[in-house]
Amino acid sequence: MSAETIHSVIAGLAGEVMEHTGVEASHCYQCGKCSAGCPLSEEMEYPPSYVMRMLQTSDPVLEDKILRSFTIWVCLTCEMCYSRCPMSIDIPKMMDFLREKSLKEGKANHRAKHIIAFHKSFLDSIRITGRLYEIGLLVDYKSRTFKVMQDMSLAPKMFVRGKLNIFPEMIKGRAGVSSIFSKSNKKSK
Amino acid sequence: MTLGLYPGCSLKGSSREYTESVLAVAQACGIELVEIEDWNCCGATAAHNLNKELSLALPARILSLAEKQGMKEVVVPCAACYSRLTVTNHELAVHPELKQTITKGNGLDYKGSVEILNIIQMLDKYITPNLEGRIVKPFEHKVACYYGCLLVRPHEILKFDREEDPQSMDELMLKAGATPIDWAFKTECCGAGLSVSRTSSVGRLSGEILKDAADRGAEAVIVACPMCQSNLDMRREAINSYLGEKIDIPVLYVTQVLGLALGIDRKTLGLQRHFVAVNI
Repeated sequence: MSAETIHSVIAGLAGEVMEHTGVEASHCYQCGKCSAGCPLSEEMEYPPSYVMRMLQTSDPVLEDKILRSFTIWVCLTCEMCYSRCPMSIDIPKMMDFLREKSLKEGKANHRAKHIIAFHKSFLDSIRITGRLYEIGLLVDYKSRTFKVMQDMSLAPKMFVRGKLNIFPEMIKGRAGVSSIFSKSNKKSK
Repeated sequence: MTLGLYPGCSLKGSSREYTESVLAVAQACGIELVEIEDWNCCGATAAHNLNKELSLALPARILSLAEKQGMKEVVVPCAACYSRLTVTNHELAVHPELKQTITKGNGLDYKGSVEILNIIQMLDKYITPNLEGRIVKPFEHKVACYYGCLLVRPHEILKFDREEDPQSMDELMLKAGATPIDWAFKTECCGAGLSVSRTSSVGRLSGEILKDAADRGAEAVIVACPMCQSNLDMRREAINSYLGEKIDIPVLYVTQVLGLALGIDRKTLGLQRHFVAVNI
């Protein structure tokens, strides 16, 4: 089946998921094992099996709800759903796609702002030095979230145990790494 | 015998005792581990959550450096880095067009010749066959082997141990003189990357893991991932507050236990760096 035919068969967001990840939402028969095994389903508004069903309806209202959900951000990509799915549906791969799309379209859930801030601070640190600089990450995260006091008691304890580097490790190929960042950011826009 | 090593960021910072114990055990068994020169971060959870291309390009740079430096096998002790590097190796191998975009697009040259070993695979292949007569201080304790997520899932790509009730670490612990217990949380998630942004979730998930280990009489939890270790160890305050009780079981890396059994001193293995005191 050519990509074109697939596109005409599967409409909407499910079609996009299929096109970009190869994941077929239509294969889900709602056994619910993903939601039962998901360690965070109780913190989600729609557990994984609900997301699959919502995709199957091709209803634009439900599709918009998925992209605006907290579910896609609190998903840990622990891969439990995928490993237990009797139809081998790669739900985590689908979640990665939905997150990227949600962010691109400015639909990221408000409750996920700290999770997203952490990811952004993390990537900023790598973009600049090539490796993660943990103190820099925490300072950047605090400046994004104003959670100034969070984990303040942890840092000195880490320091005395030799678990915090005062200075970042700067790699030689920093230019190469930052070019990887600018190229992939350009494409995802 | 010389092998490549990709330590990753955690092993250079908050989990440096993992590196210390990996190097000490390798050295004691005559294995030389050579770090990939000028490696970068694999992008971890942040990259694949926000940008697919970035999540493949960052590991591709690492793999191409390893290949250029003549490495055939690279040991990746961090389970999260192991997952990212293995997934990238797989994606580039099965999608030639994607490989072209990622490598050529970023000026990288990667043929796909590097074999990636997680810590258990490395120990099983190069250390345990030569253990006979070297176990001078058997680690005679009941241990809960905690594999977490990324060491075993997804099996389609990693092709390592079983996804439910894996055994490789348990077998390794038997060889170190320990008694692995049967328990229910071997591959449940600790909360991983939500450690900072959603500490309460980590307290709950890691709390359930430690509670089961404690209830079944484990004297230590054994891990092979710096994220699992730091959540179960450094986040003990959040865990204890979720459980409403104090659990003081220490969390050791698989290489620290093996190192102790080989007679390596505690300081070399970095046991003093843990938040929860290792009193066994």
